[in-house]
Amino acid sequence: MPEPLIYEISKPGRRAVSLPALDVPAAEFPCDCLRQELPLPEVAEVDLVRHYVRLSQMNYGIDTGCYPLGSCTMKYNPKVNEVTARMSGFTCVHPLQPTSSTQGAMELMLSLQDMLAEIGGFAAVSLQPAAGAQGELTGVLMMRKYLYEHGGSGRNVILIPDSAHGTNPATTAMSGLRVVEAPSDARGNVDLAVLRRLIDEHGPRLVGIMLTNPNTLGLFDEHIEEVLRLVHAAGGLAYGDGANFNAILGIARPAAIGFDVMHYNLHKTFSTPHGGGGPGSGPVGASVALADYLPGPIVARPDDGYLLQWVMPAHSIGRVKAFYGNFGILVRAYTYIRMLGAEGLRAVSENAVLNANYLQARLRGAYPIPHGDRTCMHEFVAQGILPGAPEVHTMDIAKRLMDYDFHPPTVYFPLIVPEALMIEPTETESKETLDAFADALLKIAQEARTDPELLKSAPHRAPVGRLDEVKAARDLTLCYGPPNCG
Amino acid sequence: MTYIPNTDSDRAEMLKVVGVASLEDLFHDVPPEHRFPDLVMPPALSEMEVLRELGGLSDENDDLNHAACFLGAGAYNHFVPSVVDFLLQRSEFSTAYTPYQPEISQGTLQAHFEYQSMICALTGMEVANVSHYDGATAVAEAVIMALQVARNKRDRVVLSPTLHPQYREVVHTYTQGMSLKLTGEDAPLGDLRALAVLCDKDVSCVIVQNPDFLGRLYTPAEMQALADRVHACGALFVVSTDPISLGLFQPPGAYGADVVTGEGQPMGNGLNFGGPYLGFFAMKMRDVRRSAGRIVGETVDGSGKRGFVLTLSTREQHIKREKASSNICSNQALNALAAAIYLAAMGKYGLRTVAELSYHKAHFAAGLLGALDGYAVAAGAPFFKEFALRCPHPVSFVNQVLLDEYGIVGGYDLGQDYLQLANHMLLCVTEMNTRFEIEELAEALAEIAGLDPAEYGADDVESADGGDNNDASSSVSHAREVSHA
Amino acid sequence: MAYKIDANARYAKSHEWARIEGKLAVIGISDYAQHTLSDIVYVELPDVGDTLTQGESFGSVESVKAAEEILAPISGEVVEVNAGLEANPEWLNDDVYGKAWLVKVAPTDQGDLATLMDSKSYEAFVAEQEEKGAH
Repeated sequence: MPEPLIYEISKPGRRAVSLPALDVPAAEFPCDCLRQELPLPEVAEVDLVRHYVRLSQMNYGIDTGCYPLGSCTMKYNPKVNEVTARMSGFTCVHPLQPTSSTQGAMELMLSLQDMLAEIGGFAAVSLQPAAGAQGELTGVLMMRKYLYEHGGSGRNVILIPDSAHGTNPATTAMSGLRVVEAPSDARGNVDLAVLRRLIDEHGPRLVGIMLTNPNTLGLFDEHIEEVLRLVHAAGGLAYGDGANFNAILGIARPAAIGFDVMHYNLHKTFSTPHGGGGPGSGPVGASVALADYLPGPIVARPDDGYLLQWVMPAHSIGRVKAFYGNFGILVRAYTYIRMLGAEGLRAVSENAVLNANYLQARLRGAYPIPHGDRTCMHEFVAQGILPGAPEVHTMDIAKRLMDYDFHPPTVYFPLIVPEALMIEPTETESKETLDAFADALLKIAQEARTDPELLKSAPHRAPVGRLDEVKAARDLTLCYGPPNCG
Repeated sequence: MTYIPNTDSDRAEMLKVVGVASLEDLFHDVPPEHRFPDLVMPPALSEMEVLRELGGLSDENDDLNHAACFLGAGAYNHFVPSVVDFLLQRSEFSTAYTPYQPEISQGTLQAHFEYQSMICALTGMEVANVSHYDGATAVAEAVIMALQVARNKRDRVVLSPTLHPQYREVVHTYTQGMSLKLTGEDAPLGDLRALAVLCDKDVSCVIVQNPDFLGRLYTPAEMQALADRVHACGALFVVSTDPISLGLFQPPGAYGADVVTGEGQPMGNGLNFGGPYLGFFAMKMRDVRRSAGRIVGETVDGSGKRGFVLTLSTREQHIKREKASSNICSNQALNALAAAIYLAAMGKYGLRTVAELSYHKAHFAAGLLGALDGYAVAAGAPFFKEFALRCPHPVSFVNQVLLDEYGIVGGYDLGQDYLQLANHMLLCVTEMNTRFEIEELAEALAEIAGLDPAEYGADDVESADGGDNNDASSSVSHAREVSHA
Repeated sequence: MAYKIDANARYAKSHEWARIEGKLAVIGISDYAQHTLSDIVYVELPDVGDTLTQGESFGSVESVKAAEEILAPISGEVVEVNAGLEANPEWLNDDVYGKAWLVKVAPTDQGDLATLMDSKSYEAFVAEQEEKGAH
């Protein structure tokens, strides 16, 4: 039975809240300002709770099962993080209270700034950006401002690999800069020969390069130092997209390799929950040269060592959101890092990479894996192209996986691999779960040949069957209930 | 604690299957001189120890369970019903990903469709997206959308000076690479006609806040008059608003707004020291294809059963890439869910009551405080739950004494952002403030008027450089600069 | 794969076509174009009176997975717009050369048409594109 909409269970006069009586004299209302209608639902608490509990039961979360979405790092979300994030000294504090009354929160932020800087090898960190994409915008604007203030105001080109996530070119466009695509070579690295030609052509106009390393093929670039050296030699800067940082915690430090600025995804690498699409948090780390350009304010300890303060970096690009950042998410990430310690961080990456290589080994032969001859990092890309089953596509395999109680991997990304299936198990899956997932994919590969209809008509056990996305886009229904709904 | 289930024996088996001898061998692509750095970190803690550690940090903060709060300025102390957090902790909601596989994400999708519907109801608009990062970035996204609507042929934006100062800073940051001219910020405060005069055929949008940052409420007639001027120039009229105020007052959709944005934190999301918050964004159907941000639509499955999916995805960065106008990917999904549950729990009656309680208490406070010697409240202009109070001493001093001696968190120092409002405090009163608290505030302020800041012991008034940092500053010019060079 | 072709039209490399009908030129997208987009959900067209410049964007076609700009195959002034397409974007998946025409223009440069491919050349061009795997 589909769950009715909240408006469909609404009935006039129903109440779900109780509020205190007015304890002061009533003031007059400016009569011409009042609204006549407020079309919100009216439900009782019991019906409200049942509605949302039933909705939640139609969802699949990490707590339900394995969620091997490539580039999303769907690792287990520790429950202690939820306890610390809900401590009242964190939840019931206004960001603009006198700083003498918020030193604990500021202490946490300062420690987190320092720990993230240490993990990435950077000189300074701002915790303000609210998400990875906002971190990217921050980093690119920082590079742009730095170069413009150092004689580079004619520079407007950013090199971006063809395997990049869509946010990279979108960020570049938002910054008023131009994308030049850097193709990958046959081994999945940035093609050095083409890169050299592109830098020759665009060198004087180069702002820099945006690189994800390991990249979206799950591969650590075999020439990463040379790539960054070439960019720097042309006067450009290197931005690191930290989406795949789960592969190299305690294994390599991006700043040491040559990245000038990088964003971290706390909701990926640092275990904060995805919440159905957010909130995330995208802190940005910067080298010594770029540290003054970070967005702010950030927490600093003044020289006299007394109270922690808010400071604006000397050449800051400005603030990127109101207040200080997604503090509730910062508390969770801080808790996680404190639980792990240095050895724990390294164990995370070692196990994440082992788990991915294990799955790659188990699926080799049954599914094409374009770069399966290389050691992958925390993820790898297979293809939903099965010999003997030309009618079956990645989408069908993904939907059929739901019948086996698995969330599908990332599909149709990166764009450079047709029928892509990007698989990232993370370190928090056990060997048994990995085997069950591999077994399911192997079974589905067989079903594709013997009974493809099973795949094409999947999913069969989900709350709804395959949904008509064309109808959703043609007959736009984006709102229900209020009279002015479009 | 790493949350890694596998043991050494599991790993040994797996290494054999992979065909390498040890874990180190998996990282042969990492340049050897950079491999396996020593991270200088505090030692790992057990769960018990981490709770103690975090508990200590939490206890160092003065939380509002133990202090009356009269501070607003963009983050508000409103009541959050118990059901909100209870439902938010359903891990099927909190540990789920973006609903790109809709068949197993109907919980998130339907809850978001309902959120969109309720935001439309509140704002009087035709369609809403499933959120931006906060009220500030929602305004920045409105600017980007207005540019798209104008097909990049208009390069001026008018920003009201009483739009939240931090929101205006964010618009400046976001547009620094876009060759735009931002104007209006030096217009006389509260003068809508001065903004109307700035409209011309090069302006893509005019952005105001209602109730504004100083708490002032503009009438629908005043707003409509401005809207008409903006439309006559072919520009978009963008209104940033307080969602609680919409429980009582006519929404921007009723007075000509093309886009309505705002901070959704007051709807079921606690103060949380500034985040995560919630930028809501509502618009007209005719402009939806120029907007950014995820949108949920209704559809059916093969058997005709109703279901929900993310739709209009071709606007988004993963398809448009360098042609995208915004790079937004993550939203504030869980905060939007909290807001939806809040609105559903409050309903017609509840939201109106919260707004009324805030309104009456704020007006009671204004009457009481304005009558105190040495203090004054500007007469005449209507307001909702915030008003400016002129104080006999610098606001940072007043606030420090209020906190240290009376356990009260005072209002926002307007002098930080508006030179003409030095010594003016922006006070906020909500349904959470009791009459008793308001009267205590009045008594405290009366006593503080009689103090001499110089005599009070300037040392006791903490600051590291002359008092400017006592109130967490929102303005660049008032924060100390630091350089890492 | 055999795509439908209108022998009376001439084609741009970006897969739009133009066909002379009396004093006007009718403009649309090719069958190959609609096929690669798959189910079309929305079309954005210019207004009557707008000027089209050869090679520049004058609108867009959207499916569930892509949004493509439509580039003018020839220059001209828009005289008529296919109003029915707004409510029925799916016509583009059925009948690109017939009822799913996009706009009719008064051509401003008679030389433009000659720069386009004839139907045979376009067929060969499409076959080449398919070989390359480009889409």
